[in-house]
Amino acid sequence: MKEPRRLPAVRIQDIRPELLRLERRALLRSALSLGGLALLTGCDLSTNSGVDAALKSILRFDDKVQAALFSGRRLAQSYPPSAVTKPFRFNAYYEEWQVRGIPDGWRLEVAGAVVSKTPWTMAALRRLPQVEQITRHICIEGWSQIGRWSGVPLRDFLQRIGADLRAPFVSFKCFDGYSTSIDMASALHPQTVLALDFDGQPLAPEWGAPVRLRIPTKLGFKSAKNLQAIEVTRTYPGGFWENQGYDWFAGV
Amino acid sequence: MHWVWVYAIGCMVFSGWEIYNASPSLPFSFPSWTGLGGWLGGALAWHFSAMWLLALDGMAYLVYGLLSGHFRRELAVPAPRAFFRDFWSALRFRLGHRIGHYNAVQRVLYLGVIGGVVLQVLTGLAIWKPVQLGLLATLFGGYPIARNIHLAMMFLIVAFIVVHLALVAIFPRTLVSMIVSRPAEPENRT
Repeated sequence: MKEPRRLPAVRIQDIRPELLRLERRALLRSALSLGGLALLTGCDLSTNSGVDAALKSILRFDDKVQAALFSGRRLAQSYPPSAVTKPFRFNAYYEEWQVRGIPDGWRLEVAGAVVSKTPWTMAALRRLPQVEQITRHICIEGWSQIGRWSGVPLRDFLQRIGADLRAPFVSFKCFDGYSTSIDMASALHPQTVLALDFDGQPLAPEWGAPVRLRIPTKLGFKSAKNLQAIEVTRTYPGGFWENQGYDWFAGV
Repeated sequence: MHWVWVYAIGCMVFSGWEIYNASPSLPFSFPSWTGLGGWLGGALAWHFSAMWLLALDGMAYLVYGLLSGHFRRELAVPAPRAFFRDFWSALRFRLGHRIGHYNAVQRVLYLGVIGGVVLQVLTGLAIWKPVQLGLLATLFGGYPIARNIHLAMMFLIVAFIVVHLALVAIFPRTLVSMIVSRPAEPENRT
């Protein structure tokens, strides 16, 4: 009567193959989740997860490194007129058929830490000294093209409106809904211009009429088109792409 | 150190594919499920985060390799004849593998991939900062060419990883020495 009770219900040798199979499967699964990185592909800066927070703080650190690498005297390479890319590629956060015309009664507004807040007409901007550049426009997507722009150096413009040049940010608002901002050191760089002409002609709407920023020391998305207002400010202004996760400094 | 490499290079390659897909310079894209970051901004965040890990690990490896004599002992450029001899026996699966020692084929491949990663870092810096590091970009023939070299080096590094993984699969006992530290096997063993 005692004998059957002592016998275990399941003996180890009976289930050994099954145990081995389960063990192997568990190992395989942990190897997949370790190596696959699959869990991390959801981390795209749009969530409040710990990984996204870590990525964002590293981007802020990268911004500091980029600011330290930046030199106000180092110029972007200039090219001969023959190097200009033709046809020039259109780029915006919308399709080309959605390009806006210049609003009636357009003036370039100035705001923030400036002495003179009088809006600027196109004629007034044309009367300021102009410079020309043939430089490479580098998109954050990796492609690049060479263009010819001319206009008013932003440094001259900021000095003329009595901007506080110790304010850390210059922000740009556009009438197509776009916005961006740059650091003051980059704003004062000699190749940073308020462009009025593209390839020898007044800017067409698709190239940013009537005034666009042209800044060859930063990625293309910083060269805002169709400007409406410029603000000199001490509070971080962000921008259209910057608020979605592009790194703010975006220097090249 | 090796597993930090695995993680860092994995992040760099998979986020790099996502960045490439934003504007492919060749007539193909990588399957979107292989990309890391979900979109261009996320991929760039991964790429510009993992680069620090890669740089730190790479620096540590180079310093270790130089100071410990690992490079001098195990990674000296082999004589062409030794390479062809080992290459021929490798093709016939007759090349012995002694843990802790590299044969001539391994030396050439490892030297090649170390050089590839160094070149990858340099071209990466050149296309990250083509103005501030303008000299480096000029050295590689300007921004667009540096970008293509960066892409080509990625293919070479990935090809190395494929061969590397295939060989570990063929000689699984090497995997043990990658996880736990094991003493080098004596040189005269065949």
